[in-house]
Amino acid sequence: MRVLMTENLRINLDTEMWECRHCDKVLISARDNYKRGLLAYDRDPREIHKPLLDPTKYVLTYSPDPTWCRLIEYYCPQCGVMTETEYLPPGHPPLRDMEFDIDAMKEQWKHRDEVLKEPGGKDYPRANRNRTHSGQPMARLFTGEKPA
Amino acid sequence: MNDMTITPEDKQLLDKFLKDNQLFYIADPEIMHDHDIGPRSEEEERLLSGPTDPHLINMVRGRILAAMDEGNTMIEQMGAAPGAKWGDIVASIFTANGDLSMIAPHGVVGFAACVHYPIKYIIKYWTHEPTVGVHDGDGFIHNDPRYGGIHGTDQSCIMPVFYREKLVCWVSCTIHEGENGATEPGGMPPSAESRYDEGLKMSPFKVIENFQLRRDLVTFLQNMVRDPKLQLEDMKVKLHTCLRMRERVLAILEEFGEEALTISLRQHIEDVQEEVRRRIEELPDGTTRVLTFPDSTLRENALLKFSMAVTVKGDRMTLDFRGSSPEFINRAINCNAASLKTMLLTSYLQNVWPDLPQTMAVFGPIKMLFDEKSVLNGSFETPQPMSLIPLFKAMTIPTIPMAKLSYSLPHRYTAIVAPQYDQPGTFIYGGLTQNGENVGNFCADINGNGQGGRNHRDGEHSVSPPFAANCDIGEMEVIEEELPIVRLGAFTLTKDRVGFGKYRGGLGYEMIASTRGTDMWGFMTGCTGSLFTPSQPLFGGYGPPVYPLCKIQDINIFEQLAKNPGKIKFDMLDMMNNQTVEGGRYSTHPMAMTFELCQNGEVYMMCQGTGAGYGDVLLRDPALVIKDIEENLISHDTARDIFKVVFDSDTLIVDAEATKALRDAERKSRLKRGKPFDQFVKDFVTPEPPEYLPYYGSWDDPTVIYGTSNGKRIKMKGTEIQSMFMPNPKDEKIKALEKQLASVKAELDACRGEAKKKK
Repeated sequence: MRVLMTENLRINLDTEMWECRHCDKVLISARDNYKRGLLAYDRDPREIHKPLLDPTKYVLTYSPDPTWCRLIEYYCPQCGVMTETEYLPPGHPPLRDMEFDIDAMKEQWKHRDEVLKEPGGKDYPRANRNRTHSGQPMARLFTGEKPA
Repeated sequence: MNDMTITPEDKQLLDKFLKDNQLFYIADPEIMHDHDIGPRSEEEERLLSGPTDPHLINMVRGRILAAMDEGNTMIEQMGAAPGAKWGDIVASIFTANGDLSMIAPHGVVGFAACVHYPIKYIIKYWTHEPTVGVHDGDGFIHNDPRYGGIHGTDQSCIMPVFYREKLVCWVSCTIHEGENGATEPGGMPPSAESRYDEGLKMSPFKVIENFQLRRDLVTFLQNMVRDPKLQLEDMKVKLHTCLRMRERVLAILEEFGEEALTISLRQHIEDVQEEVRRRIEELPDGTTRVLTFPDSTLRENALLKFSMAVTVKGDRMTLDFRGSSPEFINRAINCNAASLKTMLLTSYLQNVWPDLPQTMAVFGPIKMLFDEKSVLNGSFETPQPMSLIPLFKAMTIPTIPMAKLSYSLPHRYTAIVAPQYDQPGTFIYGGLTQNGENVGNFCADINGNGQGGRNHRDGEHSVSPPFAANCDIGEMEVIEEELPIVRLGAFTLTKDRVGFGKYRGGLGYEMIASTRGTDMWGFMTGCTGSLFTPSQPLFGGYGPPVYPLCKIQDINIFEQLAKNPGKIKFDMLDMMNNQTVEGGRYSTHPMAMTFELCQNGEVYMMCQGTGAGYGDVLLRDPALVIKDIEENLISHDTARDIFKVVFDSDTLIVDAEATKALRDAERKSRLKRGKPFDQFVKDFVTPEPPEYLPYYGSWDDPTVIYGTSNGKRIKMKGTEIQSMFMPNPKDEKIKALEKQLASVKAELDACRGEAKKKK
């Protein structure tokens, strides 16, 4: 029984291991911090959030200050997918963001069918064309009348 | 002499004496610490322990909701406050014991969720107080968050509803009024250094008798604020909204009877709690966590840690905020826990369980833990008028730990969504208008935050404020008619300022503002996130960039426009980088600015921000990347450098093979540059926060809190946090300049000495 835990990770309840959903790489024990099964990289946030104001003219440029803020990227060691990211002050310990009771999960999933594809989101119907907020075009969305 | 034993009679006498001679009816901790619904009253117990008719309850519920909806619409149509016009309002109904039962379907749930505190206070302290009392025709006013409430700008009108001389329920309505006589205009003063700078602090008191406003008290309140017209108008609006709701409730009572109303109000919240327990129980047992780091106290740059851990065990959920920053005794950004809880509720009802009835009872089964004297649980004396900083975080961060708890469920109540942009991005203004009126308030741009990316699609641009789904960003024409603000650029989406991801965040927009027609007008702003990325991303996406406040001063842009109307393109990046306004003094600043006067034609610019990204950028469909270019949301460089898409610059046709190769190469680079986690931790983590960082909160151990008070770093136990005292930034600046001057003088003296020697 495999349980989809995030966009990128799942837990195999039979082997009690974290696995990559993209390449099936077995990462680490599901009772352990999944980040220990990944690669981590300390990125200067200015590489992603590039200065949009001229740094020769201004101190603040839309880029985070790298002496205050670091961007930590976590990669699957096999396929290189970016499994997680977190913004931390320099030197701050990475967060253990997920810690599950595997025995309780096993008991819970005894009564459920395996979910192979995440159930997705729900969108309420709306018109993609004739985007409008008011007036005749809005009325036409309800009447179905074509514009002249 | 030292024998302190007293007889039961003496004890009784002493208790009575203390009760009759209470010095100050401060907010009651027993009420303020309890966010749950109270136990059933005897009557509720009698009615609900027997069989009930679900059809009747449903019918009554429908009628109540219709009454609330009507009330909400009345406020929206008649309200004078900008907040009222664009939806910052609610109408709600409470049980006879003061528990929130239902709100208007389009209202702001947080506004109503905190009103049960003042109602319970009124019941406890004023019902039997001979100088006050609670009677048919009475109404109470309230705004102080310490007695319940989100922040001091929100004023509530609370009215008991009597039927056949018996109190059967309460109705209330709330408006974000804005101006409240605080030290700066608009009701949200970042410069407040004590709670006495906050303006009106209304503990719940009676202002309506015999269904009429008491004009002496209204005058007192008008005299305390900059906008007396607003104060009077909206007190009338709220009174008449409550009266209409009362009328509708009385009609329900006549038609269905008192028992049907009592059962409906109580059953509604008990059913909600049962459903919440079921929803908690279906989650995996365990703990998920999130951290976020506001980078300012709104007076100085400071890195604050907010920590949230969600633990599920069976049908119990605990939200733990311990380890967060200490409170600041002379800064405006403290928040009390009761306010924070209502905004956490908002987040759950907007992003996690939006299909549940909008009521505080949702949080009944959820326990919360705070450190005493934490910035999220500020003590009574702390100033709290810009609690929006913790509150906006509370509205947005729960989506991360809740996504990590609920992703595995076989079904969804809504999409999994990354956090919305988490700052109140708007100009707050004040002064004398072109119509000769004194005003102070905020622009409705606070309602235009970009949504986070979702598990199946991008976030919506500037969709809503994170505290409510049904608020709008206002019409510029209406605003310009009333205020001397000219919006030179409005609602242009912020190209390249995007929370990148497989599904990107919805964008915010640029606000380019100036003023004309008055010499007494100014702006302020109250946002963090100019140094440290505000919203954290989800599942491998990126967060938003940081946003500065930009100014062009010492010019009159209207004069330049009159001479050469085509020269200036109203695009922040173009104006700042190419300095298209001639002779201007250009500068950037953190988006936290205390009130300052804006001269006619000077330009102030800021942004509403983007929501955070969802998922790995390399998983984004190249077709969506090109669509973003076509819609002018991102540049060609961003498409190539961040999303690694190869395309023809002229035709925008994607080269699929080259894109795959480029993305494969990037994945290989990641494998090369990434370090095994344990090694990374060894290299990256430091035992304490860097010395140069003004850091507030725990580091590796949530029970040890760091802070800097009066310029000195201190380390405290989480159970013994002391308030932080911050020096005046202007004093600090003077100190630094004096030091610089002394050093220059010393250099000059040395030079003179050298010169003398040479002579």
